[in-house]
Amino acid sequence: MSKYNLDYLDELEAEAIYILREVAGQFEKPALLFSGGKDSITLVHLAQKAFRPGKFPFPLVHIDTGHNFQETIDYRDDMIKRIGEKLIVGYVQDDIDNGNVVEQKGKNASRNALQTVTLLNTIAKHQFDACIGGARRDEEKARAKERIFSVRDEFGQWDPKRQRPELWNIFNGKINKGENVRVFPISNWTELDVWNYIRRENIPLPTIYFAHQRDCITRNGQLMAASEFLNMDSEDVVENRNVRFRTVGDMTCTAAVESYAFEIDDIINEISASKISERGARMDDKVSEAAMEDRKKGGYF
Amino acid sequence: MEILKFITAGSVDDGKSTLIGRLLYDSESILADQLEALQSSNRKNDDGTIDLAILTDGLKAEREQGITIDVAYKYFQTEKRKFIIADAPGHIQYTRNMVTGASNSNLAIILIDARKGVIEQTIRHSFLVSLLGLPQVVVAVNKMDMIDFSEDRFNEIVKDYQQLAAKVGLSNITYIPVSALKGDNIVNPSKNMDWYNGKSLLDHLETVEIAIDANVAHAYLPVQWVVRPQTDELHDYRGYAGRILSGSLRVNDKVTVLPSGFTSTVEHIELLDKQFEEAGAGLSVTVRLKDDIDISRGDILVSSALKPQVSQLIEADLCWMDTRALDTSLTYLIQHNSKVTKARIQEILYKVNINTLEKEDGEEFKLNDIGRVIIKTADPLVFDLYQNNKNSGGAIIIDSRTNVTVGALMLRANAD
Repeated sequence: MSKYNLDYLDELEAEAIYILREVAGQFEKPALLFSGGKDSITLVHLAQKAFRPGKFPFPLVHIDTGHNFQETIDYRDDMIKRIGEKLIVGYVQDDIDNGNVVEQKGKNASRNALQTVTLLNTIAKHQFDACIGGARRDEEKARAKERIFSVRDEFGQWDPKRQRPELWNIFNGKINKGENVRVFPISNWTELDVWNYIRRENIPLPTIYFAHQRDCITRNGQLMAASEFLNMDSEDVVENRNVRFRTVGDMTCTAAVESYAFEIDDIINEISASKISERGARMDDKVSEAAMEDRKKGGYF
Repeated sequence: MEILKFITAGSVDDGKSTLIGRLLYDSESILADQLEALQSSNRKNDDGTIDLAILTDGLKAEREQGITIDVAYKYFQTEKRKFIIADAPGHIQYTRNMVTGASNSNLAIILIDARKGVIEQTIRHSFLVSLLGLPQVVVAVNKMDMIDFSEDRFNEIVKDYQQLAAKVGLSNITYIPVSALKGDNIVNPSKNMDWYNGKSLLDHLETVEIAIDANVAHAYLPVQWVVRPQTDELHDYRGYAGRILSGSLRVNDKVTVLPSGFTSTVEHIELLDKQFEEAGAGLSVTVRLKDDIDISRGDILVSSALKPQVSQLIEADLCWMDTRALDTSLTYLIQHNSKVTKARIQEILYKVNINTLEKEDGEEFKLNDIGRVIIKTADPLVFDLYQNNKNSGGAIIIDSRTNVTVGALMLRANAD
């Protein structure tokens, strides 16, 4: 009798593909939320493994804050052309224009919080019953509690005390009208797993993940990309630095790290040696100890 | 490199969170910004050192009450292995959370407070670990520092536990004396217990053999999704996508589709642009067959030589997970792999008092109750006995009024 002990990347990949296929089999109108970051790029790669040579049984959905890195948008559009799948974009600007949300003021203003409203509106408009996302449990302690099939109520809220038990390889996707499920196929991956997988599979990435020269300012101890979206004043000193980004989000809340990692191997070495967590470079998580938990309860990813 | 998934079981004051915290801390798996947050926290041990337990309590209500409400998953890695910890609460009211965490684990660490020895909760945790069929158990006798690292006391607890293990049917047990608070035998060998010659906890976790549920000879592949591109060039392409749960599948293997009973031959096993000659348990693949037969989601492909159970009447262990009691007059849904069908609990054979392990007559099944039932399903299930394969022998019950998962089933016998 033979035994099969899979290498960890094979096991994580097989599990993620299994989850994606469960979404396809269980839901009427799923969507894959695509941010342009490495995690959702990995999801798109996994979806190709799950469904090719067929088409994806869901569109990709991008919630565009309007404050994106141009490199991310270019990557997104190239990728869509390359894989031939459908993309739906929800614009935060639209919600600002029609008065659904009010833009933050002040030096540290960010559109990050406004995304939730646009996300929920986009879900409602297209009546998505499941939204696949690239969140991982190792990112943050509130995420560590989240199920792979995470049921949200009709207001998009997560209730950690009312989560369904999730047993073996069985995912219960049954929901009541108005509810919605967020699905996290790479829950069990760590940041390093994602990078090792990207290297193994040769997955192309937006250039901002690799070290490059960029004008930055230092704010609250973090290096921020100087851009028209950042409220800058005379106190802000613009310096040209050698940087890269560990996560990709809104330009106003995603900090850069000083780096000389030009190749994927360099990045893996850098992360392996790093003593700062990935979310350490996200201003939005630093607001309070329960910042992520509170945002998730409100309908954020 | 392999992944070891484990669960920690212990009651509130046994030091479970401290043990996990110590494991992460001493294996240098805590990053600087997390450490900084830890150091700036107001919660400190009596001697002013960092309270490692707060590393694992992720929710506000948990930090407020100093307890663990729900399963949290923790990840760390050494040079030898990757680890996923299912950190489940120890309170009796959270039995269902422990069942949830244990269902996906290969190993359980059962904590015993060296001062208290084997207590009622140890019985409960051990019973659950046995019920869920975890192949490896570590008994960590904790707080050895509080009993002067006494070898005699340790041996006494081991003896007591061996009796319990025989009673609940647990084997493959490793006993380790530890102090999570002080760090003895967690990652580093203890200087205070030179009488102990075994491995430290981490050393054991890095080297223990991981038994994968593939020791069933037949290939078992539940079909999740039928891939049909329906394009001009791929007009006749039909791929059956799923994850192989046991055995292995080879090109040219004869296969049977259950429950229909149609047979065919494997022509291709593939994934994106990769072709497999043979694919083993655990892999997600897409299979194409020589013949065009009717197969849909929820059907099972098996190698023709050996067949799993096919039945609509099944004896199973049931763990009830909902605040609404089981209603034997109601029709529920049962989900087994990718198959969902209607089901009724036809008979409650007995309930188990999980503190004394005695069997009791079961009229009513309430939250956290565990016992043996006979379940009747609308469509036949194609399954393996849980003791042979967890992934094809486990199922859940869904309340069709609320859509919530209300029960866990371990399928034990074909009752037809």
